[in-house]
Amino acid sequence: MTNSQFGVFGVDPWWLVILKVVAIFVILVLLTLFTIWWERRVVSRMQNRIGPNRVGPQGLLQSLMDGIKLALKEEIIPKTAHLAVYWIAPVISATMAFLAFAVIPFGPTVSIFGVETPLQLTDFPVSVLYVLAIASIGIYGIVLAGWSSGSTYPLLGGLRSSAQMISYEIAMGLSFVAVFLYAGSMSTSEIVSAQQSVWFGVILLPSFLIYITAMTGETNRAPFDLPEAEGELVGGFHTEYSSLKFALFFLAEYINMVTVSALATTLFLGGWMAPWPLSLWDGANSGWWPMLWWLLKVQIFIFIFIWLRGTLPRLRYDQFMKFGWKLLIPVSIAWIIIVAVARALRNDVDFSNQSLLLVGAAVIVLLLLVSWAFQAKSDRKQAALDEAVAAEALVTVDAAAGGYPVPPMPGQEVTITTRRSMAASTTIVADRAVTEAVTNEQENPDG
Amino acid sequence: MNEAVNQGETIVFWVCGFFAVLGALGLIFSKKAVHSALWMALTMISLAVLYVSNQAPFLGMVQIVVYTGAVMMLFLFVLMVVGVDSSDSLIETIKGQRIAAILLGVGLAILLIWGIGSSMTDVGSGSLDDANSIDGGNVQGIAHLIFTTYLVPFEVTSALLITAALGAMVLAHRERWLPKPTQTEMSKARFAASVHPGNLPAPGVYARHNAVDTPALLPDGSVSDISIPGPLKARGDVRPVDHMEIDEIASLDEGSQS
Repeated sequence: MTNSQFGVFGVDPWWLVILKVVAIFVILVLLTLFTIWWERRVVSRMQNRIGPNRVGPQGLLQSLMDGIKLALKEEIIPKTAHLAVYWIAPVISATMAFLAFAVIPFGPTVSIFGVETPLQLTDFPVSVLYVLAIASIGIYGIVLAGWSSGSTYPLLGGLRSSAQMISYEIAMGLSFVAVFLYAGSMSTSEIVSAQQSVWFGVILLPSFLIYITAMTGETNRAPFDLPEAEGELVGGFHTEYSSLKFALFFLAEYINMVTVSALATTLFLGGWMAPWPLSLWDGANSGWWPMLWWLLKVQIFIFIFIWLRGTLPRLRYDQFMKFGWKLLIPVSIAWIIIVAVARALRNDVDFSNQSLLLVGAAVIVLLLLVSWAFQAKSDRKQAALDEAVAAEALVTVDAAAGGYPVPPMPGQEVTITTRRSMAASTTIVADRAVTEAVTNEQENPDG
Repeated sequence: MNEAVNQGETIVFWVCGFFAVLGALGLIFSKKAVHSALWMALTMISLAVLYVSNQAPFLGMVQIVVYTGAVMMLFLFVLMVVGVDSSDSLIETIKGQRIAAILLGVGLAILLIWGIGSSMTDVGSGSLDDANSIDGGNVQGIAHLIFTTYLVPFEVTSALLITAALGAMVLAHRERWLPKPTQTEMSKARFAASVHPGNLPAPGVYARHNAVDTPALLPDGSVSDISIPGPLKARGDVRPVDHMEIDEIASLDEGSQS
């Protein structure tokens, strides 16, 4: 790119580019090892356990040892696997996970061995779209793994994940639009510098919330981990994978977690900028310090991921799809329209912020009133309907229809009273044998 | 224009060009439909890289997100669900289809060769940097053109796409005559059907083994028939129950109670 605003990028000497690439690789692998340990420890605490604490200080080396063991295990390839695709699927997954990090800004311009360079491998006018593009290629790894295993559960897992990622990528892309409108750019470094005064996570809160939901869906994490729902699909798309190939999927999943967290940090939490109390200190946003703030923000997101996993049960598949298509996407489209109108009014019609807020408040009040009127009307309708259904259901209800499936307790006579007529009652006499047994027991309770 | 082509660009062109052509050939000559789809994805990604190296980063990224990420993925989805793996049948289902296809194919080829050929001779070369800097950047330039000069074609295309999406929804739509049963209703129906509503009893329950051929025993000591897998029952591979032992335990139990 020879664009003027990206003058600081693409001019690094070759050794610096290689250094940055290796550094990103090492950081991601270390973060993966750390995240696995961190997740196991935090989830353990949430479940009143201790978690891995034997290997290394506080068990920190546990995931390294697990990784080595996993890589050295025997590899089992199913007979029905389509070999070429089976081989390439984990490779696609893992390489794409690493690639997305090329445009994530870690910090401002620093000096490395006398060369002034930004702490970011590269940047170009559409780098956020680049992350989306890389993520969408990464899905191929999962889908192909599911298909090429030649087995039912992986295929179902692969199908689920392709449907899931396409659906949630739309909501994710839509949540970026408001950020692009406010930053006036799609490049990560410019989005970070546009948040100097206020973070987009604050002024664009709905976008932020939509993104957090979509990123959980995009990375197959609980409560949206349907492609690998172990209760339903064994392991989902990676059921038939073992040894190093499985390790690659595992690696890709954790790197993707870090990537979406880093993107959330970049787009909504001011990237490497120091948070408020620290930003009062002048040196907070220069030198190598910002990398620490960046890391802390990313860790907050990862903690949220773990917290969600420890808290929420898995969604049912149709609920999950309904949530994505019927709630997230319409809400984000409506929000984008609001943001675009507000921007247009401010830029073109010379509206002040104050009058914009007033008009917005008036519109919201109006909408609330209208929706309240509609709600009241439909509530009345629904109540009438419910009453009719309940009245019908009460007549036919029979908790132990003929003693099945809930047999009456010994000696119990089930009497069911409808609300309509308290007098009309049904009596079910328990099975004769049971009654007899009970009478025997009642006669001599000592047996 | 030739002066602007530096060494890096040449390498990118030859690498991506090779993979694009390879993908196109693979698309045609693959036996499996899924492999064809994958070769096509390779071609699309190579073309996207070529767009980016020709200073059209927006187009390149959108190509990957839309075509590779969404369209090809839906293709794969359908292929996986339907499982189109058999070779094509060569019987014409529509009369004159083959001739029409050949004519249209030749026509398309002529159009493409004519268009590309004339662009190589008639259209002069310009600087990509200049084209990108008119509106202050590649993205701004595309936005400016789409929303001014090409607004009508853009909107017409979007109307066409929306029509197609609506058409697909209408075709796939199924009118419900009865309201969809809720989870509660389905559960009630399952219990009302008077067959075993939950998991079948596991083999070996109340017995001394948990092997699948050991039947579960009911509280009165009789064998639960539904606890044994059907094939084992058919082969007569069910482990007999040692009733003496059970009686002994029962007698001990009785003795301890009285």
